[in-house]
Amino acid sequence: MIETVDLCKSFGDLQVLKGINEHVSQGEVVSIIGPSGGGKSTFLRCLNMLETPDSGQIFFEGVDITSEKINIDLHRRKMGMVFQHFNVFPHLSVEENITLAPTIVKKMPKNEAKERAMELLNRVGLADKAAESAASLSGGQKQRLAIVRALAMEPDVMLFDEPTSALDPEMVGEVLDVIKGLVKSGMTSVIVTHEMGFAKEVSDRVVFFDGGVVAEEGTPDEIFNCPQNPRTKDFLSKVLY
Amino acid sequence: MLEKMLQLFRDYWQVFILEGLKYTLILSALAVFFGVILGAVIAFGRMSDIKPLHFINKEHKKKGFIHWVSNFNPVSFLCSVYTEVIRGTPLLLQFYVFVFLIPKIIPSINTFTAVAISLAFNSAAYVSELFRSGIQAVDKGQTEAARSLGMSKQQTMMRVVMPQAIKNILPAVGNEFVAIVKETSMASTFFVGELMTSYLKVNGATYLALEALTIIGIIYLSVTFTLSKLIGAYERRLNSK
Repeated sequence: MIETVDLCKSFGDLQVLKGINEHVSQGEVVSIIGPSGGGKSTFLRCLNMLETPDSGQIFFEGVDITSEKINIDLHRRKMGMVFQHFNVFPHLSVEENITLAPTIVKKMPKNEAKERAMELLNRVGLADKAAESAASLSGGQKQRLAIVRALAMEPDVMLFDEPTSALDPEMVGEVLDVIKGLVKSGMTSVIVTHEMGFAKEVSDRVVFFDGGVVAEEGTPDEIFNCPQNPRTKDFLSKVLY
Repeated sequence: MLEKMLQLFRDYWQVFILEGLKYTLILSALAVFFGVILGAVIAFGRMSDIKPLHFINKEHKKKGFIHWVSNFNPVSFLCSVYTEVIRGTPLLLQFYVFVFLIPKIIPSINTFTAVAISLAFNSAAYVSELFRSGIQAVDKGQTEAARSLGMSKQQTMMRVVMPQAIKNILPAVGNEFVAIVKETSMASTFFVGELMTSYLKVNGATYLALEALTIIGIIYLSVTFTLSKLIGAYERRLNSK
């Protein structure tokens, strides 16, 4: 479904991605772990071209989306993204946050978009907040809203960029539950996370990023229980205590 | 002194109010109205993404002459030159240039109109910076979230960024109006009938310089004070929402 070929990206003199070859299949759940500055987020942001790679290609459903000839907006519709800092639209109500993109991008009729928004809000327990301003929600509520806002576009794949890193500890659970439910329903997902227990539980495959390269990858069991690369061992020993 | 002043105002109130205040307000309103329109155009010009020579950088070089030329944006360049020139030269100098220049191009234009045009062009430079900073103050994550949902650049600007930026811009434009009200006094060099001109007239007829100056000072102050209070109240209402 997504394939990257020799993906490179630098910020100034700092080379953040040094040739990444990865593949995400239909229905697969891939977690990306690793130390800060290892290129995890940059890699994820390249997948929907929020960052433009310097070289290499990204194939999404068979199309090279790094090509300048394609209209990236058409492909982004099919890739939902959830951000560390939620990025809900504070000037809109909770419901409008969800209906905005379907009505103006997909030209969905307002009534239909509203109905679907209510369904989605029900799913994440925010139906009673539909008319409130999105700015008034708590962090956990904002992130749940951000997830269903992305789902409203009916994406084929979901990209999560550290979805719980900016949350108060007591709100992490409610957001992870939503993501777990989504993953179980068969949604193809790429998740950058620092929640090792969560990565272990939901992933089909875990990818360890360090120094701009994929240092190791494998099943959660392989990575967490018998890591081969010394850097993986070192990293895990520091985060699992 | 107070008695003389009141007497002076009784004798000449039509010159102060019906002429001076009227023309000051008309001049300021015209300047800000057209200044905002032109300023918005310049701001978007400066932030535009027009790179006509982008194709020459086939190897995606990130440094050197080729990189610089391929990223050259003539629209943005001209807009920033305009802003720098207007903000870096005295308003009075601009008045002289416009008052002498414009009638040479369009002979039917009178001095008042030339001064109004000059003031609008001056205001546009300042307003464009207000637009630019107001737009750039909106969190980048908002743009990323909107684009990740498949919204185009224009849709993102109109539906997500501008509605939030306008809250930063409107109060600042109000303050610009207050500044313009005071700056119109410089137009009295060309005897266009605004408040400062009415002082020149009354002083010429009565030689009561200090009294006349105090009167127009009070009129200026009551206009700017009222406007500032209105802007302040409006700003508080925006923030409490």
